[in-house]
Amino acid sequence: MSKKIRNNPLGIKLNRRNFIKGSAMGLAASALPLTKKADASFLDVFFQKHFREMSKQEIQEVLDRFEKTYSEEYGKKVSVKATPAIPGVLFGYGLDLSRCIGCRRCVYACVGENNQSRDPQIHWITVLRFKNGEKWVDLENSESYYNPAEVPEPDHFYMPVQCQQCENPPCVRACPTQATWKEPDGIVVVDYNWCIGCRYCMAACPYGARHFNWSKPNIPPDELNPETHYLGNRPRYNGVVEKCTFCIQRTRAGKYPACVEVCPVGARKFGNLLDPASEIRYCIENKRVFRLKEDLNTYPKFYYFFAT
Amino acid sequence: MAEIIRNFFKALRQITIGDRKYYMWLAFLSFFIFVGLAAYVQQLNRGLIVTAMRDQVSWGLYISNFTFLVGVAAAAVVLVVPAYIYNFKPIKEIAILGEMLATTAVILCILFVMVDMGQPTRIWHLLPFVGAMNFPSSLLAWDVVVLSGYLVINLTIFLYALYKLSLGKEYSLQFIAPLIILSIPWAVGIHTVTAFLYNGLSARPFWNASILAPRFLASAFCSGPAIMLVLFQIIRKVSRIEIEDKAIFKIAELIAYAMCLNLFLFGAEVFKEFYSGSIHLAPMKYLFFGLHGKTSMVPWMWWSVILNITALILFLTPSTRKNFLTLNTACICMLMGIYIEKGMGVVVPGFVPTTLGEIYEYSPTNYEILITMGIWALGAFIYTLMLKFAIPVYTGELRFESKKNKTA
Repeated sequence: MSKKIRNNPLGIKLNRRNFIKGSAMGLAASALPLTKKADASFLDVFFQKHFREMSKQEIQEVLDRFEKTYSEEYGKKVSVKATPAIPGVLFGYGLDLSRCIGCRRCVYACVGENNQSRDPQIHWITVLRFKNGEKWVDLENSESYYNPAEVPEPDHFYMPVQCQQCENPPCVRACPTQATWKEPDGIVVVDYNWCIGCRYCMAACPYGARHFNWSKPNIPPDELNPETHYLGNRPRYNGVVEKCTFCIQRTRAGKYPACVEVCPVGARKFGNLLDPASEIRYCIENKRVFRLKEDLNTYPKFYYFFAT
Repeated sequence: MAEIIRNFFKALRQITIGDRKYYMWLAFLSFFIFVGLAAYVQQLNRGLIVTAMRDQVSWGLYISNFTFLVGVAAAAVVLVVPAYIYNFKPIKEIAILGEMLATTAVILCILFVMVDMGQPTRIWHLLPFVGAMNFPSSLLAWDVVVLSGYLVINLTIFLYALYKLSLGKEYSLQFIAPLIILSIPWAVGIHTVTAFLYNGLSARPFWNASILAPRFLASAFCSGPAIMLVLFQIIRKVSRIEIEDKAIFKIAELIAYAMCLNLFLFGAEVFKEFYSGSIHLAPMKYLFFGLHGKTSMVPWMWWSVILNITALILFLTPSTRKNFLTLNTACICMLMGIYIEKGMGVVVPGFVPTTLGEIYEYSPTNYEILITMGIWALGAFIYTLMLKFAIPVYTGELRFESKKNKTA
């Protein structure tokens, strides 16, 4: 799939007749949106306020509405929560590069947990492969489409990259509509109902962490994770940006992110940076950690280190 | 009141009634507009997946055209400066045509941004008060402010001037002069802000170079006037408006200086990148030599360099500058050169290689090309209608009724 995306300036071929026919029908459909979705919910969605401007009661109404819509669409009970940040918590992440074997289990655990589109595929985690002994901070020499029969491969090491949850996030600064922001617990979130899909944040992100829904996301109903968060893994729209949220729906409920839990070699660490007794604090204080592209002063809360 | 309605219908009749050639031209444009619209409806239904843009290269042909057209819009100032400040008569009389072009270009800019949006119905989120405009932090919010301001200023200037002229009166400089003075820094402003939009992103080394804004301005002062030169010649051929050769040659001279500056700034950038040879050279290398065997931009960029240099020589030499055949060749060369250099040549290398080092070769799909052509055709359509009304007002063939006129 990834290969396909890469080489694909589009397998779509235009047959003139179909093209004109489809366009005429589409024109009619889009000219009359109300006949298609003549219920009030269409207008509710259109006029929905910015998440942070809504009162508690308004948020509850919105959550109820989405639970209803998603449950109908996917044919099972879907819960949409908006659990707020826990006071005194600032989430931080650690990744032990000497342990990572490049198996990409984290990538697919993330897809399942966070309801990313399966077709076209969206991955919030990219695992880069580097050759031992060659320069590697120069990411141009990395390979993200490696596909061997078995990992780890000799003479290679791996470096997973996902949203670095910057303390000084360039994407938040760039967004023209304040549709993305940093929560009090340090997680950068997107309001999928406020994003206009201009993709300026994607241009601003130094880590390739933001992903766009180029078409309507496609999740098989039986694979949908029904435990969702409004700012996290609820199903997304066509034409909006999404990103890793440290599994906001899990971490705010006291659980580990899915990628941490699934990692077979324990390369991934997660915890509260404000808690001196946390594992992540131990790593930062006792290992030689570094952060990606530190020269850009984005202050990621994502620490890489070599434990051995 | 009745007078206003009568005058409105008079204007409407002027726009809708024309000769065979006029209708054929409009029909020709309408065809492309319709095809573009049809393609856009498909894009709305299926998503931006019909384009070749992907997460790796998340902006493409649309934003390239936007960037180019901001330059065209800004360049109206080149005509306005000498006309009003130095009172250079031959240009002053045609400055209004430049303001109309600027207005059209801004409208096209807005359309190109609209078609690039994933959720165009949410555009109101961008507005202050009703939406949640991220001002002053987001440069895109700045761009919304300056572009809409520029649109208002230019619309006001030329509508006011035309209104006065249509009543057979001289326009009052007292009202219009401050606006014109304001429009000059504002024109520089829209292009600077658009450059800063790219420039401010530390994630993209190719854009994160201070030379970007000056380069944008220099190339705008080439492409905008070059379009005007071609338009002026068409206008004086199809209408009774007289545009002196002197004015045309003066503009050509201005273009020559702008092109010198543009190439100089380009050279400065090439030197810095290649001589220092850091890892940030990669996008530049991708443009001119290809990277890891990916070379789809290379022929375009070399064509752009060749076209720009050819245009410079033709504009710089007085004998070729004053010969309409070579002058027009130079204009076309320059427009094509700048369109490549400043469109895809600026936008795509910002994304190649990606922030994680991937090389995705972007090349626009038919959808993108059809939609782009549709928007350009719409621009030509709008400008034609504007001219259809403005030209007879200008030459005095069309006059509105007013009480004063009757008593006089």
